[in-house]
Amino acid sequence: MRESIINIAYLVASILFIFGLKGLAHPRTAVRGNLIGAVGMLIAVLVTMIDQSIISFEMIIIGIVVGSAIGAIMAIKIPMTGMPQLVAIFNGFGGGASLFVAGAALLEANITGSATGTQMTVATAISGIIGAVTFWGSLVAFCKLQEVVVSGNPVQFPGQHVLNILVLLAAIGLGAWIVVDPSAVSTYWYMVAVASLLGILLVIPIGGADMPVVVALLNSYSGLAAAATGFVLNNNGLIIAGSLVGASGLILTTIMCKAMNRSLANVMFAGVGGEVVGGAQKGAEIYEGKIKSTSAEELAMVLEGAQRVMIVPGYGMAVAQAQHPVRDLYNLLEERGIKVEFAVHPVAGRMPGHMNVLLAEADIPYDKLLEMEQANSEMGDVDVSIVLGANDVVNPVARTDPTSPIAGMPIIDVDKSKTVVVIKRSLSPGFAGIPNPLFAADNTLMYFGDGKKAIVDLNAAIKEG
Amino acid sequence: MDIFVISLTIFALSIFVGFEVITKVPPTLHTPLMSGSNAISGITLIGALISAGAQHSTVTTVLGLCAVIFATINVVGGFLVTHRMLKMFQRK
Repeated sequence: MRESIINIAYLVASILFIFGLKGLAHPRTAVRGNLIGAVGMLIAVLVTMIDQSIISFEMIIIGIVVGSAIGAIMAIKIPMTGMPQLVAIFNGFGGGASLFVAGAALLEANITGSATGTQMTVATAISGIIGAVTFWGSLVAFCKLQEVVVSGNPVQFPGQHVLNILVLLAAIGLGAWIVVDPSAVSTYWYMVAVASLLGILLVIPIGGADMPVVVALLNSYSGLAAAATGFVLNNNGLIIAGSLVGASGLILTTIMCKAMNRSLANVMFAGVGGEVVGGAQKGAEIYEGKIKSTSAEELAMVLEGAQRVMIVPGYGMAVAQAQHPVRDLYNLLEERGIKVEFAVHPVAGRMPGHMNVLLAEADIPYDKLLEMEQANSEMGDVDVSIVLGANDVVNPVARTDPTSPIAGMPIIDVDKSKTVVVIKRSLSPGFAGIPNPLFAADNTLMYFGDGKKAIVDLNAAIKEG
Repeated sequence: MDIFVISLTIFALSIFVGFEVITKVPPTLHTPLMSGSNAISGITLIGALISAGAQHSTVTTVLGLCAVIFATINVVGGFLVTHRMLKMFQRK
């Protein structure tokens, strides 16, 4: 009876999770959706407390108080620019929790002498491996995004792929050992240690601009680890919620890969983002004598004659924290009757939706943020496009040169607008390490400087003019 | 029916429900989607509560406690930060 009540409550929680995620389909309903999801979680947690195997609440209360305090502080203190790191580390905690629960379940089964069937042991091994990979992979991703301990650039060494495969096989081998001999509890922890190494090795070679894919993939893993733990405990609540999240992460991963025209294998293993040999020299040839530099005053005049402006933000805007001056620019131009919109590339920034969050923080209405396809279909009518801290995602080489590392990647076609303004510190290449002929195009003006200062100066010039 | 088959059925169908629901989320909300779904994956908390409360041995209790802390960070932090972000989108 008690067990039925618990399971029905888990069903209710699962339905609330689905409604919650459905609410995220529109900014208007999203806040409510998130709250519905939280209510589902609260129901699941409260009803679990009546489970008859719980005999003491001491540890539970300590754990919940400590966890809530840490989680709340992190969630409230983090600036919006630090969001990629936070999402990465939260994924890791989910994976870590799963590996602890699976480990505890295996030990418990051995102590109480309850059945350790094949389903339980296989699921324990899977939960331990995915959990450890998620935890350590997320930790490395966090360090790369925060730029502490590990370099944000790809870290590569010879024999890397062979080593990865050997480590993976070792983890699977130890997992198989647990299935054959469930009494070997210590083997579980050896397996977790090996899988931890795998998590580190898998994320270390991945460069900064490929982080959206990694963060989405780890998001998916954290869900799959929870689902696997559900199979360990025969708990439907875990299976349903975990697989919803697993599916969500997989969709985002696919979207990110498509937006770069690369396969998941290429993102994970190719180590893109290192030095491209001769890149600088090739850049000099392309740029020589063709770069037109502009000033804030000149730019203010160009904008005054415009009717439609498209702003294309990239990771540089996040680094310079230029979103608030950009909002001022948006307001200034709108006041003068100029239509201003934003074109957001799916992989701009360091995680899916990164630019949207920053612009929302700066109070830009979300209906002004255009998706790539829509922005491109309207680019012919745009008088001035302003590229702010983006590079590879506006590089026309992706369309024209099939041998380029970004060949076939969908880009925002700013070169089709009447005038292009590129705000950038220098002519240095973007993440792909290749020169950008857009900078040398006839209709392009380069406005050199730090993103934030450049926009502030531009705003001042517009006010004066 | 074998309990494993039942679990597997639930797993497979949930994946499809996930695909259907998530495909409708617009790119502008992809970050809150990640943090919000991540909070949901903190559902491991309910398994952790049982480990921490059952007290089969000191080791399982400590593992359970660690799991409760990790999962609670995930749940509380995840829903909270998602709420913070979504509020910004709602302002208009």
